[in-house]
Amino acid sequence: MDRVLMKGNEALAEGAILAGCRGFFGYPITPSSEIAEYMARKMPTIGGVFVQAESELAAINMVYGGSSAGFRVMTASSGPGISLKQEGISFLSEGELPCVVVNVSRGGPGLGGIQPSQADYFQATRGGGHGDYHTIVVAPSGVQEMMDLTMQAFYWADYHRIPVMIMLEGTLGNLMEPITVREPVTEFVDKPWATNGCKDRAPNVMNTLHLDSDFLEKRNHHLQAKYEKIQQECKRAETFMIEDADIVIVAFGLMGRIAKKSVSEARKQGVKAGLIRPITLWPFPDDVIKSAAQTAKRFLSVEINMGQMIEDIKLAIEGRVPVEFYGRIGISPNPEEISRQIINIAAREGWI
Amino acid sequence: MKTVFQKPKSLQDNKFHYCPGCTHGIIHRLIAECLDEMDIREKTIGICPVGCSVLAYDYFNFDTLEAAHGRAPAIGTAIKRLLPDRFVFTYQGDGDLASIGMGEIVHASLRGEKITTFFINNTLYGMTGGQMAPTTLLGQVATTCPYGRKAEWEGYPAHMAELLAGNEGAAYICRTAVNSPANVMKTKKAIKKALEVQQRGLGFSMVEILSTCPTNWGLNPVEAMKWMEDKMFPTYPLGEFKCVE
Amino acid sequence: MAVEQQILFAGFGGQGVLAMGQFLAYAAMGIGKEVTWVPSYGAEMRGGTANCQVTISDEEISSPLTENPGSIVVMNRPSLDKFENKVKSNGTIVINSSLVDRVPEREDVTVYQIPANSIAEAMGNVRGANMIMLGAYLHMTGPVKVEEALEHFDAIFKGKKPAVIERNRQAFMTGVEWARNNQ
Repeated sequence: MDRVLMKGNEALAEGAILAGCRGFFGYPITPSSEIAEYMARKMPTIGGVFVQAESELAAINMVYGGSSAGFRVMTASSGPGISLKQEGISFLSEGELPCVVVNVSRGGPGLGGIQPSQADYFQATRGGGHGDYHTIVVAPSGVQEMMDLTMQAFYWADYHRIPVMIMLEGTLGNLMEPITVREPVTEFVDKPWATNGCKDRAPNVMNTLHLDSDFLEKRNHHLQAKYEKIQQECKRAETFMIEDADIVIVAFGLMGRIAKKSVSEARKQGVKAGLIRPITLWPFPDDVIKSAAQTAKRFLSVEINMGQMIEDIKLAIEGRVPVEFYGRIGISPNPEEISRQIINIAAREGWI
Repeated sequence: MKTVFQKPKSLQDNKFHYCPGCTHGIIHRLIAECLDEMDIREKTIGICPVGCSVLAYDYFNFDTLEAAHGRAPAIGTAIKRLLPDRFVFTYQGDGDLASIGMGEIVHASLRGEKITTFFINNTLYGMTGGQMAPTTLLGQVATTCPYGRKAEWEGYPAHMAELLAGNEGAAYICRTAVNSPANVMKTKKAIKKALEVQQRGLGFSMVEILSTCPTNWGLNPVEAMKWMEDKMFPTYPLGEFKCVE
Repeated sequence: MAVEQQILFAGFGGQGVLAMGQFLAYAAMGIGKEVTWVPSYGAEMRGGTANCQVTISDEEISSPLTENPGSIVVMNRPSLDKFENKVKSNGTIVINSSLVDRVPEREDVTVYQIPANSIAEAMGNVRGANMIMLGAYLHMTGPVKVEEALEHFDAIFKGKKPAVIERNRQAFMTGVEWARNNQ
């Protein structure tokens, strides 16, 4: 099949449309606005709905309404906008309403900057809003994955009845590369719970208020059981040369792909390096990390933040192997920069 | 045998939990009667607020959603846009609509969303124990304006019907009260008219309904009705503020 | 193992450097290569220059970014000042000599000088400097052959008006012609 040169943000938006997304509700914020602009152009031509909301709060609640009506719906934002959406994401989680939320991350805290960032890792993987909940979080590393994981996100969202977050660095949104455009999705999960009018059935109620404490606890156990199932089924990671690796780099998103080159470079210089690239950030692929820890002497977490995913790596390894950190803020480190880190560690430890 | 009175199909059998003298029950029933008479129960989606009517989904007998505080118009926007042949209404109190949800209601009306809002104005936060609302009257005592609302401290009451009537997207804006049988009937007419405006796709519609809160006002039900007439009517005049034909 | 080529295009915003990179990316895809294009983003934007990096390879590309591109195509003086020392040893520097008033100091690189703006003015198409530069660059040392790029010219400009495509083709060919006569 012919390949098409596409921008990351476009591939994501097109992937959503191919997955059957027919409602997009957004509020402009750099660097995510391109996705909204693409949807504003496309939605009216395919019988879909695009609304530029008055705020991020309104946008995420439009997602709540659209999802509850039974449609595949999405919103996209960045940093401060994602913070504003957290109340709604908590409601969507307890309502078990499927949806896709895109975070084209930017550096913080506060207004921060618009440069590439992975500083929202904690927010994304720990739930982000109030209450005991998780969203599935996927981190694409290239333009093809932007399309494929977006389609996967819509499937998981419907199948598990859960909000799915797609998290990426701004650089990836602007990256262009040739991809194979997928076929449109034609089979969908039934949604008998949708509040779309009670013709020929009992009324449906979409509610997240549980004043009875026994029932509230029951609801929480129900959610936890679902999260357990997702932990069993949805962990995804790419591995590269970890079998004999002395040092395993862990990096996600475009950063993970950049680090692959660093690993190759380090190998050329005689360092047995390997890479684990988590594709799902929640559920975190701790199984792969745990098994690599049986042979590796050291881990290096490379992130565009001040050290967040490193906590999950440490939890997976349970103290058996030292974990080091290399991070930048507001810039995607070059592969050469990471190679130097790897080689420095190797030299320090006397491996080379 | 001729049936002269029955519970509307659009209401469930549950007993209302509202305080004695509270008018939420009347308003629920009026909405249910209108939906029955228009035969649109099965095509209706109601969005309930945070506030005293938070449990309205236990009373209405059609699809309902419980919204985050103030966000019902945003939720309604998406449902109506995706399902344009359905009837979508929001049911909101004064804290929900005029305070935390001010942005959502103003923009839903500016966009001319073809949804209907029933706005219950009882001048304070009832469920949380009688705190000041944007609609609290000047001089009125509430737990968070214990010395009476003063313009220089707490600002002025929000006139939502007047405010929204100024928006081009609003097609029908009306303020009614449920203090007397005559006004109850007028309220029902307004509710039906608002739903008909939605049916005809004319734009946003809202009925602001002056209501009572005997519990937090510290009055008995009869006194509360009197208080509404004496105190609320001068600040919140009844009538149609906008009616696009 | 196939050689991966990484080229950085840099200049002032408005000189069409992002479009130059995209053109090359389309052309590379047209001949079946793996390719990535990434515009300047983050810290790189602070220097007052616009730039993009193109990576072309026969194999899957890992990193679209690099500290040390094999080639740089610079459209103005600040870009040369900024990126000269980044180029790999034995790499290539292509200069728009109309707007760059010095030659590179590096001696371990091959330098090509193309007076793109003068040629553009002479042909009465001032905005065509970037396509002239590209044409000359591809003829002299480019990772995609001129004939291959021409084969995909229409596809690259898909959606543009025929007159615009033609103007770009003329500028591109003028650059190629200049390179033929001046190499």
